Amino acid sequence: MTTETMLARLQEIGWRLSRQIIQMTTVAGSGHPSSSLSCIDLLTCLYCGGIMRYDAKNPTWPERDRLILSKGHAAPALYAILAEAGYFPEDELNQLRRLGSRLEGHPNMSRLAGVEASTGSLGQGLSIGLGHALAARLDAYDYRVYVLIGDGEANQGQIWEAAMAAAKYQTANLTAILDYNGFQQTGAVSEVMPTLAPLAEKWAAFGWHVAEVDGHAIPQILDTLTAVRAVTDQPQLIIAHTKKGRGLSPFETHAVNRRHGEVLTLREVATALAELDTSYKRGNDGDRKTD
Amino acid sequence: MEIGKRIDLPDGPATRDAFGETLTELGRTNPNLVVVDGDVSNSTRTESFAQTFPQRFFNVGIAESNLVSVASGLAAAGKEVVAASFAVFLLCNAYDQIRMGVAFPRLNVKLVGSHSGISIGEDGPSQMAIEDLALATALPGFTVLVPADAPSTKAATRALFERQGPVYLRTGRPKTPLVYPTDLPFQIGRANQLRAGRNVTIIACGLMVAAALEAAHLLHLQGVDARVLDMHTIKPLDEVAIEWAARETGAIVTAEEHLLSGGLGAAVAQVVAERWPIPMQFVGIRDRYAESGDAQGLLEKYGLTATHIVHAALRAVAQKERPRK
Repeated sequence: MTTETMLARLQEIGWRLSRQIIQMTTVAGSGHPSSSLSCIDLLTCLYCGGIMRYDAKNPTWPERDRLILSKGHAAPALYAILAEAGYFPEDELNQLRRLGSRLEGHPNMSRLAGVEASTGSLGQGLSIGLGHALAARLDAYDYRVYVLIGDGEANQGQIWEAAMAAAKYQTANLTAILDYNGFQQTGAVSEVMPTLAPLAEKWAAFGWHVAEVDGHAIPQILDTLTAVRAVTDQPQLIIAHTKKGRGLSPFETHAVNRRHGEVLTLREVATALAELDTSYKRGNDGDRKTD
Repeated sequence: MEIGKRIDLPDGPATRDAFGETLTELGRTNPNLVVVDGDVSNSTRTESFAQTFPQRFFNVGIAESNLVSVASGLAAAGKEVVAASFAVFLLCNAYDQIRMGVAFPRLNVKLVGSHSGISIGEDGPSQMAIEDLALATALPGFTVLVPADAPSTKAATRALFERQGPVYLRTGRPKTPLVYPTDLPFQIGRANQLRAGRNVTIIACGLMVAAALEAAHLLHLQGVDARVLDMHTIKPLDEVAIEWAARETGAIVTAEEHLLSGGLGAAVAQVVAERWPIPMQFVGIRDRYAESGDAQGLLEKYGLTATHIVHAALRAVAQKERPRK
């Protein structure tokens, strides 16, 4: 159960980091704000909701839980949560994508502590997570591995190679979270790859424990992340139904490119932030689900 | 195969066998060693390791992309990892995974590709890695090893973990003549001179080292004195040995069981051009795929024999001696 205090705190963090995502991408002049906004509540729950065990001051602690951002283009979301978790100062966020900055366009584990895998070529993170999960078994560590994958990313064959192999090895310490925001680069997932659905049935058939959540409903996310820990012989997939661009109108009312990989203009930023603030003040995550 | 027969090189096991045997030895002394294979362990010869250390062996199925990324995750979590498959599937199928998950983060993954070159024979060109050295050497920070025979493969396998970071080790399917006695010097990045010579240097790797020794013998009968270097490390290259070969012999022939694009010859030529330009000739596969057939027949048809090296050496020597305007 999520206490009122914790819920309020996580909502505040999700709101604040969403603002940061919009601001840092517009300052950078490029990036994927909509793809970042769809998963920021999920990351907030993992890092700030008492789900993940980590020590920002000791980022290579062998027994830490891992989060692998397989959908590497959502790097702004990862950077926002890592700064929030104390891996680096928040004011570094405005260095996103600049020459010399550790905050590269896609995550680079060699440069930034807290980044568990260098991603940006889609489809690879789940396999990498499986490697970590198998290593935990060999070392008799009890850490958990979380892999955030995109819905468009699940077009990649390697996702399904990893799904098969993880089920074979019954890696119960591996949890994949699929950010089902419904859009990929040139259109809706349902148009680009209509046969990606039904997702839950496919993953279950591959031998995974499957759960579904509203990816912006914090209590539900926390409850599900807690519940899947009880699964002892299967990797788990959490299908998170999310809003690309978090339902903010500048992402909704434009052509498809605005939904993916395009930053907001300064005028649109004002609109988006105002909507975000209104939604937050209403204090009801459910509102974000309605257009 | 007939390579080495004319100079009585003894028969030896396949380099993949030497790798597999040494891998199991390493597993005994290194509990942190983990092997991932793509359902070809009886071909790559990781089978013995799998049987001896089943907990530390993962057969991820016929899925090379997943294989390499799983190896990447294991390495990121602190394991010392060998990822093995057929060279062609490992390098060609999983190249992006190698690039993103191994080369870019410089993780401690050792890729071992068996069935390299055309000497695999009858299975044909779909199974023949002839681009793997170009692909592996193109990756920043990679070390690329092509041992000549079983003893040097054992030494190369032991050397894999002496060096932190990504390594590609190329092994072969057929029995390979012994170039070395059981003990040999093997230092990554340091060529072994197998024969002294003044007129031309033959720089070879893998199976072609035995052919180079045979060629040097044939050249000697014609009054040409050939130095032979075993360039078992394609990257980082022994630039000093190459420069001295250029200075002291004035002509170089390279020999490799690989396409001429991006392999040993191209790498040596770059060093020669930068440090001491001299005539060079190249023995390798010229911009084409091979075909099914017996190994010896393929090596002859595609220009990878001692005789081909002899002709190339004579051309290089002639170029050296032609008047310059």
